[in-house]
Amino acid sequence: MARMSQHDPGPARPAGPMRIWLLRHASNLVGSLGRLARQPFASFLTILVIAVTLALPASLHLIIKNARSLGDGWDNALDFSVYLKSGTTVADAEQMAQLISQRADVANVRLIKADDALEEFKAGSGFGSALDYLQDNPLPHTLVIRPAPSNTQASVVLLHEELGNLPQTEVVQVDSEWVRRFLAILDIVQRAIAVGAALLGAAIIIIIGNTIRLDIENRRAEIEVTKLIGATNAFVRRPFLYSGLWYGLFGGMLSLALMAYGLYSLRAPVARLAGLYNSQFQVLSLGFAECAAIVGAGVTLGLLGSWLAAARHMRAIEPR
Amino acid sequence: MIRIENVVKRFPGGQEALSGLTLSVEKGEMVFVTGHSGAGKSTLLRLIALIERPTSGQVIVDGQNTARVSRRKIPAYRREIGMVFQDHKLLYDRPVFDNVALPLVIAGLGHREAGRKVRAALDQVGLLHKERQRPETLSSGEQQRVGIARAIVSRPKLLIADEPTGNLDPDLSLEVMRIFRRFNEVGVTLLIASHDLALIDQLGCRRIALENGVRQALVDDDMDIDGHVEGQPSWQG
Repeated sequence: MARMSQHDPGPARPAGPMRIWLLRHASNLVGSLGRLARQPFASFLTILVIAVTLALPASLHLIIKNARSLGDGWDNALDFSVYLKSGTTVADAEQMAQLISQRADVANVRLIKADDALEEFKAGSGFGSALDYLQDNPLPHTLVIRPAPSNTQASVVLLHEELGNLPQTEVVQVDSEWVRRFLAILDIVQRAIAVGAALLGAAIIIIIGNTIRLDIENRRAEIEVTKLIGATNAFVRRPFLYSGLWYGLFGGMLSLALMAYGLYSLRAPVARLAGLYNSQFQVLSLGFAECAAIVGAGVTLGLLGSWLAAARHMRAIEPR
Repeated sequence: MIRIENVVKRFPGGQEALSGLTLSVEKGEMVFVTGHSGAGKSTLLRLIALIERPTSGQVIVDGQNTARVSRRKIPAYRREIGMVFQDHKLLYDRPVFDNVALPLVIAGLGHREAGRKVRAALDQVGLLHKERQRPETLSSGEQQRVGIARAIVSRPKLLIADEPTGNLDPDLSLEVMRIFRRFNEVGVTLLIASHDLALIDQLGCRRIALENGVRQALVDDDMDIDGHVEGQPSWQG
């Protein structure tokens, strides 16, 4: 204002408008933090609700992520079992195994001879001596083929087809077809979680909006006076926006803490289970980007909620 | 400084607070508006502060027609006017200093400069030593002086006051009026609503009497034509 500068000639004005703007925001930031601290219990409850609401979809996401990594482990080992025609000799089978193992898209080939398979079946099935009455061995020679890890989905299909076209092949069976189905199911569940997360995000906006609305209502007299002496809507709104920001930030951080605790308590039992299966599986935790996304979501939703509440209720408060 | 032309203010209920009021206050004047409660004093000040809009007629403040001040421009408009209220309207959650500094903070003034102006304003109302205290620890008269310091801290050309001495005893009232008088002496225009006739007579300022939303036909009306009322008690009032 011209009137202001008129009264202040002289050199003692180092504070530029940018600096003043920053200072004003900084003091608002600290001020609204102080306001939260003055009602620790109520603030904590709000933050806790936000944390739980954020942790819900995030931990579901984490479960999916772990299940997927489990599936990925199997997916790499998509073994084919190639059952050979009954007339095939052992020598033919060995030659065939030799040939196939030279292919670039095959990691290794294991031949299970029909006799070995029968022995194994006798030992493992419990039919035991009943099988001795068989005159011929009904089992075929089998090639267990592990595709090379470099394979794509398409090249695996191609390999499957080519193995099926070999003259000695009776049938090719993909042992892990169900893994793909499992991954497809995970995709659907993940989609569902995304929808749920959107709803929970709306819930956070409402929670924070309502908290801010009550806060505005409590400070109605103050807002009226401030407006009466010339404060703009933006000026009165600012501290409430920062309150929303704090709620969201702390909510996001607390939800990370809740999830970290959950993961920590799961780690030992999962390791025990994995040990029983002779698996190296380890629980995946949240990466940095995911942590940032959760806190970022908290902050964004907090700001959005408080902005909606402030924009709606601030206009209604005019000096009387 | 202020021109009120044929202003009517009718409230939604149908009652009329002002019924064709016309008056003017020149730059540098100190004018009292008197009348019973309900005579329209407060409504007049509220129209000037743009808390209300007139039903018809014009309110012109410092050459600016208030009808042309849009909702968005109201804050900037109010920052040019100092306002003092009967109930002080202080913020009780912060010390005296912060209360007085509020208009400067709103205007976006730097810290050091604001501090200097706040102390100058507090000095003028004699409360420099209480800047760290909370308003509720002050007496009613002191609280009113804090309110006055806040109204003048950004050095407005116009100061309006609604019953500023309404809750004060005669001694404190006189003190407040003396403070107003000093502002007037340095060129601030003041429009003060009050029903304390004895006090006003003591000060000897021009007086506009309202009754039922119009000017009362008093000797004051004749007087403000020539604008000379200094020191003349209005016995007829």
